Amino acid sequence: MKLFAELYQLLDSTTRTNAKISAMVDYFGRADAADAAWAIHFLSGQKLRRLVPTKLLRQWAAEEADIPPWLFEESYSSVGDLAETISLVVPEQQLETTGSLREWVEDRLQVLRGMDEEAQRKIVTDIWRQNPAHVRFVILKLITGAFRVGVSKRLVTRALAEHSGISAEVIAHRLMGTWTPTPESFLRLSNPDIGDAVASQPYPFCLAHAIDRDSNPNELGNFSDFAAEWKWDGIRGQLIRRNSQTFVWSRGEELMENRWPEVEAAAALLPSGTVLDGEILATQADGIVLPFAQLQRRINRKNIGRKLLLEVPVVFHAFDLLEQDEKDLRPLPWQERRNRLQQLMSQVQHPQLKITDLIPAECWEDWAKTRTQSRERHSEGLMLKRVDAAYDVGRVRGTWWKWKVEPYTIDAVLIYAQKGHGKRSNLFSDYTFAVWKGDQLVPFAKAYSGLSNSELRKVDRFVRQNTTEAFGPVRSVQPELVMELAFEGLQASTRHKSGIATRFPRITRWRHDKGAKDANTLDDVLDLLPKSSSGDTP
Amino acid sequence: MSELLQQTNRGFYCPQGDFHIDPHRPVDRAVVTHAHTDHARWGSRRYLAASPSEHLLRMRMSPEAEFQFADYGQTISIGGVAVSFHPAGHMLGSAQVRLEYRGRVEVVTGDYKLGSDATCQSWQPLRCHLLVTESTFGLPVYRWPDQQSVFAAINQWWRDNREREQCSVLYGYAVGKSQRIIAGLDPEIGPIYCHGAVEKGNEAYRQTGVHLPPTMHTAKAEKSQRWAGAMVVAVPSAHGTPWLKRFGKTSTAMASGWMAIRGPRRRRSFDRGFVLSDHVDWPSLLAAVDACDPETVWVTHGYTAVVARYLKDKGRNAISLDRWQRSASDQEDREADTNGEEQSE
Repeated sequence: MKLFAELYQLLDSTTRTNAKISAMVDYFGRADAADAAWAIHFLSGQKLRRLVPTKLLRQWAAEEADIPPWLFEESYSSVGDLAETISLVVPEQQLETTGSLREWVEDRLQVLRGMDEEAQRKIVTDIWRQNPAHVRFVILKLITGAFRVGVSKRLVTRALAEHSGISAEVIAHRLMGTWTPTPESFLRLSNPDIGDAVASQPYPFCLAHAIDRDSNPNELGNFSDFAAEWKWDGIRGQLIRRNSQTFVWSRGEELMENRWPEVEAAAALLPSGTVLDGEILATQADGIVLPFAQLQRRINRKNIGRKLLLEVPVVFHAFDLLEQDEKDLRPLPWQERRNRLQQLMSQVQHPQLKITDLIPAECWEDWAKTRTQSRERHSEGLMLKRVDAAYDVGRVRGTWWKWKVEPYTIDAVLIYAQKGHGKRSNLFSDYTFAVWKGDQLVPFAKAYSGLSNSELRKVDRFVRQNTTEAFGPVRSVQPELVMELAFEGLQASTRHKSGIATRFPRITRWRHDKGAKDANTLDDVLDLLPKSSSGDTP
Repeated sequence: MSELLQQTNRGFYCPQGDFHIDPHRPVDRAVVTHAHTDHARWGSRRYLAASPSEHLLRMRMSPEAEFQFADYGQTISIGGVAVSFHPAGHMLGSAQVRLEYRGRVEVVTGDYKLGSDATCQSWQPLRCHLLVTESTFGLPVYRWPDQQSVFAAINQWWRDNREREQCSVLYGYAVGKSQRIIAGLDPEIGPIYCHGAVEKGNEAYRQTGVHLPPTMHTAKAEKSQRWAGAMVVAVPSAHGTPWLKRFGKTSTAMASGWMAIRGPRRRRSFDRGFVLSDHVDWPSLLAAVDACDPETVWVTHGYTAVVARYLKDKGRNAISLDRWQRSASDQEDREADTNGEEQSE
């Protein structure tokens, strides 16, 4: 555990990629396989299932620190991280930490789940008392589950590749799927025999680069080197059919079990040893794609009722073939994969499984023209793919491009602010914006991103000096600052005060040139709503 | 008996003596707790401050201003009010201002810390009826580590960087924090260079009789200077600017109380954060209030509402000043500590 806490400190105290990788390589070299397996688990963003309710942790911490609960909450709101707040307020005792990471996780922490409150409290407070602050902080991170240390899964993969001498692609492949943190899994990662293919294992997704909205796509080269499809706003998925089993993976590398029964049924028609890449979309029987808000009704539902299945049917829109007859097709050019996909899909007839349409063009301008119809089709724009390119791992520049339509923009007034978390803790960085309805400002969107660090500091200062009221952590401020917000989508909503739900709101610029009075009105926003949300094409 | 002090939009005012303490705007007579620019502001006609701050104040203020200096403990009568300065431990020459009139005693701490500091006299408790305390770090998450261990960590970091042939760049407030850091550096490890603003502060400290290890202005270094292994003490606003390029491979660190929290530490992307503050932390703030044992506490500059509420819970009469409407002068929380005093209005 000490070794792992030191690794955490090293990773946390540098912003340099190479320093992070070498810290991890060093750790993998020194830790035993069981510890290394758990370390990978946590570093790549996996959590332990909740061990102790955080409400109890807060209560115990306040009591240990001998401070009233309100003061603990004030501290938490200022620090923005529960584990850190606890390790700062609970008095520290300089003691040595013993035990390996595996022992800690498996023998001391996981057993907490299912214990009664009193027993949990005894163990947790003993942990606080018996470990120095920096170790205690890491242990608390494991307990609270919010384990972020500025390391991406890709970085862990690179460190493992360096440690084992096996290529990063193979490591990435092996890390996907239901990777269990056992010593065997760790040893398997570095197994030089790379002929492994566990049935459920997906391929790393190929991701697209965005084309600057204002720039001209013909800078990409000759249009005939590209193919175009609609860019849909759904759930990116990999559909795997191997050994008479079906697996659907999300781009977040989550195995989506029993969530899309109609897609799984369709996949049963695929020959064994087939892997498709595509987009899961709510789609009417006539092929019209429904807005994301409809699909959202099915997301995160454990049990999907008949009614919902009827109202929001989904279709897997396949756009790539990654594996056929158990053979990895990724090195083949896109055109070749597409031809095989077409052939395959013509043999599989199922309404819940479709191949995407290619958009014909004679020149770039044709696509530019087609792209203007995106919103009516509930599409985000176009995808451009190089016809001669292999299927890449990750976001490699040049093979896949997303060419989105202009976002909606609205000038809105900042009315509430709240402190952020993590890197932005202690800084008022989370804002609520409002637009005018008569002479009233109605809140209509929250935006957390888009400002530069120096702008954030300026807004932070403004908030501190212009607070009119505070409700808990939320400050109400003088309505003075106007920001331009952009969204990918707007949807009528009965759950929002303004009657509008926004998709991906973010700040595009600070309108220093505008005063609160110059901000947009709710009517301006309503005008942007698609005239018909039912999915009818005009 | 009513208070000697009032809070006005220019800062604390004593009507009986017709003077202000650390006014935010020009006044006729300003009593100044210390030489940081958010306390000692330009434009007033007359200034009264503690003697050890003389060189610092003259360095920073207009030469036209009229200065008067008093030793710690010396009493000066203004309109019948006995005014005296007492060490605040914040930086060289920093003082608490004690007012006494017809048996009533009021104390303004200014910025202060408890414990020792090689570059200034230590804070002393003053019994009083009214205590005006700052609360920059008035939350229980702020508990300063022992300063010896912090200096040991800084020196170790410097040694490690030297091994890696890197130049160490350590940021701190130009006057006060930087000199405290320099006094804690081990000059055996390598040469110490300073940003111009820091070097000016060093001179004022040395003129006042504070011993600091030898330092040199970075601009005076030879063109062929090899920076690997050297220590550069700089103002935080230099971070991320082309000024740093000359030093080649660097490791950067910040010394500040804010570095106790991960968010501010990571946000500014320093390689290291050292927790070193010249303000009271939570336990010493409470200890200071107990030692002064005032009837009433006014809490200013920082987590005013939190500290006042906590003290009230504990049975002390406490009032939070400037609850949300913070004066622009105030360095609370806005990372003034990390931005340095270049952030003028």
